[in-house]
Amino acid sequence: MKRIYAIEAWCVDCRRCEVACKTFHSKSRDTVRAFKVEYPVPQSRIRVEGGRQLSLAVNCRHCAQPKCVEGCISGAMRKDPRTGVVTSDPQKCVGCRTCVSLCPFGAVHVEEAAGKGVAYKCDLCGDGKGQPGEPSCVAACPNRALVYVESEGC
Amino acid sequence: MLDYMLPRYKVLRDADACVQCGVCERSCSNEVHRVDGELGRVVADHARCVNCQRCVVMCPTQALAIANWPQVGNGSNNWTLDYLQDIAKQAQTGAVLLASMGNPQPYPVYWDHLLLNASQVTNPSIDPLREPMETRVFLGGRPDALKVNERERAVLTDMPPQIKLDVPLMFSAMSFGSISLNAQKALAMAARELGTYFNTGEGGLHRDLEAYADHAIVQVASGRFGVDPHYLNAGAAVEIKIGQGAKPGIGGHLPGEKIDGEVSRTRMIPQGTDAISPAPHHDIYSIEDLRQLVFSLKEATRYAKPVAVKIAAVHNVAAIASGMVRAGADIVVLDGFRGGTGAAPKRIRDNVGIPVELALAAVDQRLRDEGIRSTVSLVAAGSIRSSADVVRAIALGADAVYCASAPLVALGCHQCQDCSSGKCNWGIATQRPELTKRLNPEIAAERVVNLVRGWNHEIQEMMGGMGINAVDSLRGNRLMLRGVGLNEKELEILGVKYAGE
Repeated sequence: MKRIYAIEAWCVDCRRCEVACKTFHSKSRDTVRAFKVEYPVPQSRIRVEGGRQLSLAVNCRHCAQPKCVEGCISGAMRKDPRTGVVTSDPQKCVGCRTCVSLCPFGAVHVEEAAGKGVAYKCDLCGDGKGQPGEPSCVAACPNRALVYVESEGC
Repeated sequence: MLDYMLPRYKVLRDADACVQCGVCERSCSNEVHRVDGELGRVVADHARCVNCQRCVVMCPTQALAIANWPQVGNGSNNWTLDYLQDIAKQAQTGAVLLASMGNPQPYPVYWDHLLLNASQVTNPSIDPLREPMETRVFLGGRPDALKVNERERAVLTDMPPQIKLDVPLMFSAMSFGSISLNAQKALAMAARELGTYFNTGEGGLHRDLEAYADHAIVQVASGRFGVDPHYLNAGAAVEIKIGQGAKPGIGGHLPGEKIDGEVSRTRMIPQGTDAISPAPHHDIYSIEDLRQLVFSLKEATRYAKPVAVKIAAVHNVAAIASGMVRAGADIVVLDGFRGGTGAAPKRIRDNVGIPVELALAAVDQRLRDEGIRSTVSLVAAGSIRSSADVVRAIALGADAVYCASAPLVALGCHQCQDCSSGKCNWGIATQRPELTKRLNPEIAAERVVNLVRGWNHEIQEMMGGMGINAVDSLRGNRLMLRGVGLNEKELEILGVKYAGE
């Protein structure tokens, strides 16, 4: 499957990826609306760690054997057997945070939405059900610090 | 006393579009923007803005634009706000004003007064998409006469060393130190891809760039930084820099802050010391002295590499160039007053030197009159902005051009003229690691290659329109040029007729 790889050497800590992710995962897909008016607040699923000197955009690795899926108590976290994309279903998620504690990369986070906690994670800008799309973080990166390339393992 | 120093620019932020994402704050090395949580908006320190436009480009919602500071002058065309500000600055500091890039003053740009010819009826134009169009150029010395054995199809004359350019354009000298290693690497990669050359400038050849050395012109300037036999023999050609168009008559000064470990190793000077290039070469006080250095370098490279000599275009440039040819230069490089620099005293940049168009025409004519034009190559530099400028330069007599500002723009430079601060937000004119990594050489090289390929297509189109199918046939072909808005003397020096003639 194709995965997003973050290249530390070229990450400049601008965090345009975070803005693009939040925008894509909003209802309007409009940056201004996503930041200013939408509720529940759209969540970015990518996070730049570090600072000016050294930074890296962290997001889901879509592991071959994902711990988050193994540990999910509600069946919300699922790895598509065909595409390999790991997704979280907000309807099924109960906000128990098991996935958060199991993820070795810190790529899942839980935010309050509609009165309960919901686990948010990268869905490769697809349909959210396992079909990957064209990741908007990669398109927004000004320095090719994020690349979307074919990788081994599914 | 209160400062009269005004901000130069005003940051315009569209409050409706700003989402306070902080991209601008993190993008600005001048610390102009700050997300103020308490105020609930992003504030700007306008006085720090240099108009590099990094934030404008990076803003995800296009909420930013940079405007001139609204303060008006007093209406005088003599005591303009610029002069008042310069005086205020010097009254405050007592220092020489520093500036960067080329001469921005409104002197005539002669390129814009020269129009190109095209074939109509009496001679056919050529379609470069259907017929071969040669843009290859060889630079170096030429024999006085060429003896050929036609039966054997062999050249009998010993040919002096030459370098081959697939496009009539090279990247001008910019040293590692004045620009980042990523910027230099991008140009090196592009030069290899395009079949042309980059120039190391006076900063030595970084070990990471030795892989590109066959596409490097290694420069020997008055500071002699990074020069040793290995360096001289690594490059494809050697260039002696006597002067630079942006600052004729003065040397260079790379401050100690910019001499980090890598720059120090490459320049072969201690870390943290100022790298001072003297104004003259201390072993060159005459044409005869220049000849000694030219031949020292030829000896050092076993007569296998052409030696170029670069001068700033100044008064009497034609006579100087003639002397350079007689001193043994294989390639004469003329750098006009619009040529860029990483740092120069503002008064020098804005007032010293002459336009390269006039210098080029004068030198080409003088060398022709003396019967020595055919023995050397002539390269024009100093603000070649487009393919049309390349064509004009070749028609005025250049073999090829040196071009640096335009490739830098392709790298992201917005010509803010603040190179000397060392805080280049585009990762070009800086050595700060958090800024240099903003320039990914892979992307940068692709963009420079795109630019030059685009130009080369346009050069072919323009030559085809004239009915010319090789750069060699365009060289010095001033009948392909006509002047507009020029006086008799200018036409005489440029050697072109007026439009309509």
